[in-house]
Amino acid sequence: MRDTLISGSYLIASVLFILGLRSLTRPDKARHGMQQAAVGMLFAIAGTLLNHTIVDYRWIAAGLVLGVIIGYPMGMWVPMTAMPQRIALSLTFSALAAALVGVAEFYTEITSGGIPTHFKMGALGFEVMLGAITVGGTLVAAGKLQEWITSKPVTYKGQNLVNGVFFLGILALLVYTIIDPTQQWAFYAMIGASFLFGIMLVIPIGGADMPVVVALLNSYSGLASCATGFALGNVILIISGSLDGASGFILSVLMSKAMNRSFTNVLFGAFGGETVAIGGKSSAGLSVRSIGAEDAAIQLAYAQLVIVIPGYGMAVAQAQHAVRELSEMIEKRGGEVKFAVHPVAGRMPGHMNVLLAEANVPYDKLYDMDEINSDFDRADVALVIGANDVVNPAARNDTTSPIYGMPILNADHAKSVIVLKRGMSAGFAGIENELFYDKRTSMLFGDAKSSLTALIGEIKNV
Amino acid sequence: MELLELYVFVLAAFVGYMVISRVPPLLHTPLMAATNAISGISLVGSLIAAGSARNGVATILGFVAVVCATSNIVGGFLITDRMLRMFKSGNAKTVEKAGTH
Repeated sequence: MRDTLISGSYLIASVLFILGLRSLTRPDKARHGMQQAAVGMLFAIAGTLLNHTIVDYRWIAAGLVLGVIIGYPMGMWVPMTAMPQRIALSLTFSALAAALVGVAEFYTEITSGGIPTHFKMGALGFEVMLGAITVGGTLVAAGKLQEWITSKPVTYKGQNLVNGVFFLGILALLVYTIIDPTQQWAFYAMIGASFLFGIMLVIPIGGADMPVVVALLNSYSGLASCATGFALGNVILIISGSLDGASGFILSVLMSKAMNRSFTNVLFGAFGGETVAIGGKSSAGLSVRSIGAEDAAIQLAYAQLVIVIPGYGMAVAQAQHAVRELSEMIEKRGGEVKFAVHPVAGRMPGHMNVLLAEANVPYDKLYDMDEINSDFDRADVALVIGANDVVNPAARNDTTSPIYGMPILNADHAKSVIVLKRGMSAGFAGIENELFYDKRTSMLFGDAKSSLTALIGEIKNV
Repeated sequence: MELLELYVFVLAAFVGYMVISRVPPLLHTPLMAATNAISGISLVGSLIAAGSARNGVATILGFVAVVCATSNIVGGFLITDRMLRMFKSGNAKTVEKAGTH
């Protein structure tokens, strides 16, 4: 009877989770769907508490209370601009939980004199390995996103070789523990090595590549909880873990496509080295045309269609509210404003969309790259705000450029381009952007937020 | 039993793939937050480790795991809801100031 209740609660939870994720295909249905998923979670927890192996509720109660105390501020108080590191940190938590459960299970089996089956040992091994890699990797990612650690790539000669050998060593330890689980040192050494490996994997990766990394680590942490499910023989863990893993997998494939990196390249984390190559045309002999806020405001005020291209610079300057205000002014004057969001703009998948939504930009004005690219031909102004590589025409026509082949937004097809940029430093990939030297392009230098404020002020006077 | 688990895994991964590949890029950040919240389901394993009173080590590790998983569930669902609340259609024209700071 009790087992039936438990299985029933897991079934309800699984169905509600899947429906919740499905609701995310529609922005207007998503909120309700995710609230149902939360109810599903309550069912799963209540069902688990009925489990007859649970005899002592004191530590459970303490853990639940402490978890709520930590979780509530992480949900309600973290500002939207800090979302990337917040997501990375919660991946740390979920991977840590999976790894600790794995260690507890292993320790209990071994100290009680039993020897886990090869199947169970394999599941436990994968669980703690993926868990520890994810913990190490997400901690570095969060540190980089918060800028506690330099967000520049940290590389050294032969790095990929060192990482490769290290990973083979971890696999050897994994195989060894599966063959002979009584060799406890191998199990614990594997955990330590995996944690280090996670750090080594992410340390060479620069800030702009973070969307791929965060998505990839998301899929690792999903697989870790999947492995927990196999080790404990628990179906709800397998189901939720594979949903999580699938989501991370899909996002990392989409992100790597949007950066024109091969997926195997991403899976083994062997990127970062590539971006060191500096190619492309040099800027020698070219000059940029600088423009003042007044002239830029006139162009924007009389434009029929303005396409705004937000990038990480907008997030850094926290300029999303000013962008929305500017777009409303243009609309009041009869112009149309659309937002073109590149899949890898910002530091995590969908970063720009969340920031603009926070600033009350309606989501039907936010367009994906494929939807909007043909509209640039009839746009009067393409307004680039703190974006660089995603509008670099070199990706289309310069085979020597490191970003050659990356799909870009066709900003250069617009009748004129206004670029809001702090200075003439190159983009993340370290390459020149010929768009900035185009004769239709004018540069408005300065912090994005103050430039936008100046534009808003000038448009009022036009 | 082990084969049955593989069965569940393959089918769930398949369903997950079908469902999630239809999520538009617009909602990719809420999707990550939502899967984070759902991944808090590892609480199920943590609760058993923390409450089975098998040995001190398992109890303590389980306790820490319960804390981690619970904070992911609570924080994850709350932040997903907070984000999804911000996505408004232009037609609805509900121009309320987002007071979330």
